[in-house]
Amino acid sequence: MNMSKSAQAIINPSVLRCGRLGPGQAVAATAGGVALAALAFWLTPLQGRAGFLLVTYLAGTTGYLLAASKIEGRRSVVDRLAAVLMVTTVGICLLALGSVLIYTAVRGVKALDWYFFTHSMNGVGPRDDAGGAYHAIVGTLQQVLLAALFAVPSGLLVAIYLTEYGTGRLASLVRTVIDVMVGIPSIVAGLFIYAFWVLGLRRGFSGLAAAMALAILMLPIVVRSAEEMIKLVPPALREAAYALGIPRWRAILRVVLPTASAGITTGVMLAVARVTGETAPLLLTAFGFDSIQNDPFSGPQSSLPLFVFGQASSAFSAAVDRAWAGALTLIAVVLLLTVAARLVTRRNRLV
Amino acid sequence: MKRIEANHVSAWYGTFKAVEDVTLAIEPKQVTALIGPSGCGKSTFIRTLNRMHEVIPGARIDGEVLLDAEDIYASGIDPVSVRRTIGMVFQRPNPFPTMSIRDNVSAGLRLNGTRKKAELDPIVERALQGAGLWKEVRDRLDRPGASLSGGQQQRLCIARAIAVEPQVLLMDEPCSALDPVSTLRIEDLIAELKDQYTIVIVTHNMQQAARVSDSTAFFTLEVAGDPGRLVEVGPTSKIFTKPDDERTEAYITGRFG
Repeated sequence: MNMSKSAQAIINPSVLRCGRLGPGQAVAATAGGVALAALAFWLTPLQGRAGFLLVTYLAGTTGYLLAASKIEGRRSVVDRLAAVLMVTTVGICLLALGSVLIYTAVRGVKALDWYFFTHSMNGVGPRDDAGGAYHAIVGTLQQVLLAALFAVPSGLLVAIYLTEYGTGRLASLVRTVIDVMVGIPSIVAGLFIYAFWVLGLRRGFSGLAAAMALAILMLPIVVRSAEEMIKLVPPALREAAYALGIPRWRAILRVVLPTASAGITTGVMLAVARVTGETAPLLLTAFGFDSIQNDPFSGPQSSLPLFVFGQASSAFSAAVDRAWAGALTLIAVVLLLTVAARLVTRRNRLV
Repeated sequence: MKRIEANHVSAWYGTFKAVEDVTLAIEPKQVTALIGPSGCGKSTFIRTLNRMHEVIPGARIDGEVLLDAEDIYASGIDPVSVRRTIGMVFQRPNPFPTMSIRDNVSAGLRLNGTRKKAELDPIVERALQGAGLWKEVRDRLDRPGASLSGGQQQRLCIARAIAVEPQVLLMDEPCSALDPVSTLRIEDLIAELKDQYTIVIVTHNMQQAARVSDSTAFFTLEVAGDPGRLVEVGPTSKIFTKPDDERTEAYITGRFG
């Protein structure tokens, strides 16, 4: 029986054939499902916008899949169902991202002008229409760059230690500590710097204190992502370097790290993006300040998240508009930093 | 021109003994082929000749390897200098992906921090000519090394290895990932290079060993899990026509392995 079946498959091409759901049929079947759902809402007491969307979506999908099962068969239904699920989830993700971006842009653009970028909040009351975020932008840039200055080199060194040199108990201890650090709530990092630096060493609030708290949050992200990226570099490249008589440290610096640089940059940028939006630790370290403070090493300083937080807590619409403009600026700063980092590492790649 | 002498070399990966008690002399300006079935330790052995074996964590060796009467495993010997003197080409072409063709060839010199660009260019040209690749790549030296075909990449790796002017060139199955045409080019290249270098080549391909080598060493292992041993070594013509050991004969006539 089996024999004859496979023989038949070779002789009779119809066994190899199957129906194809044409685009027109697909649209028609989906539209049929949607129409049925609409009809149900029209004729029965069903109502509600969210319910309507959900029911029409499910009915349309069902119509589409039923048509596929009639014409194409079971395997194709599973395939199309998986495709529908994937497209749906991608759509939901994009919808979430898009609405955050678009809503922030729409609300933020109102107070966004040249004045906003060039002035601080010095002497501006919550009801005043003036005021800007210059002091906050300066603070955020200084704090984040200082934090990156602390966290990126040390994080890279730790990652290199873990991948290239670390064996035995010290390495696994370091790995555990880094894992624990990933889970530190950001306010705890702020509290630590507050207790240790601001109060303990009597240094007071400053951008530097904020940078240290942010560095604590950045470090584990940088270490873990850099470690994973360095591990991905093929051992054959290291061997090629050793076989040329290149010492190990140079092979790491000139072959391994450049090969991993694109991935390492991505990790660093994720870390930067994550800490740029941090608010809680800054309350305890930078504290916030309405005037321009260009020196991150002494005295309280503002930052964009603190600015947004402060303005958004106000009841007056001028302040709320400033908060939205600040949020939009914050997104733009992260985006600019990411693009800049991409451009810098692109020089390492040829292609 | 350097002569290599391995005396009672055994090699381990952790507790697993991969090579046992190999004593073998490699004559200068000759091609020595190492043949044998998979797992017989020939690749491990060739890696002991330039201290690449110890790069793998847990790997160690016993015995001595003399490079012109100097033991490269003696204390006070710098493995980095050993590898500069004894170059290596690997099974799979492994150009540095972030570097251009030019930079790949000069990598050994640049990363040892010794020379300036003006001095590098003639060396790059000479090495590429030596590897038979110059004509194909001279107008695109700034393209990435990975943009070349597999056979060209392997010749690029040979150029990279000879650019640091080693005395000995070790080749660990250099053609196993290449098509027959590229293989032929590499074999021709080996024939040209042996005037200047002592060459050791590991190969699975017995015809290749017969074509390119002057002397041949046959390795084998009794059962999987046993360490590999050297069975016999001699002039290639003798090994392939009337070997002393019947295991060699069985292998080269295709009765096992």
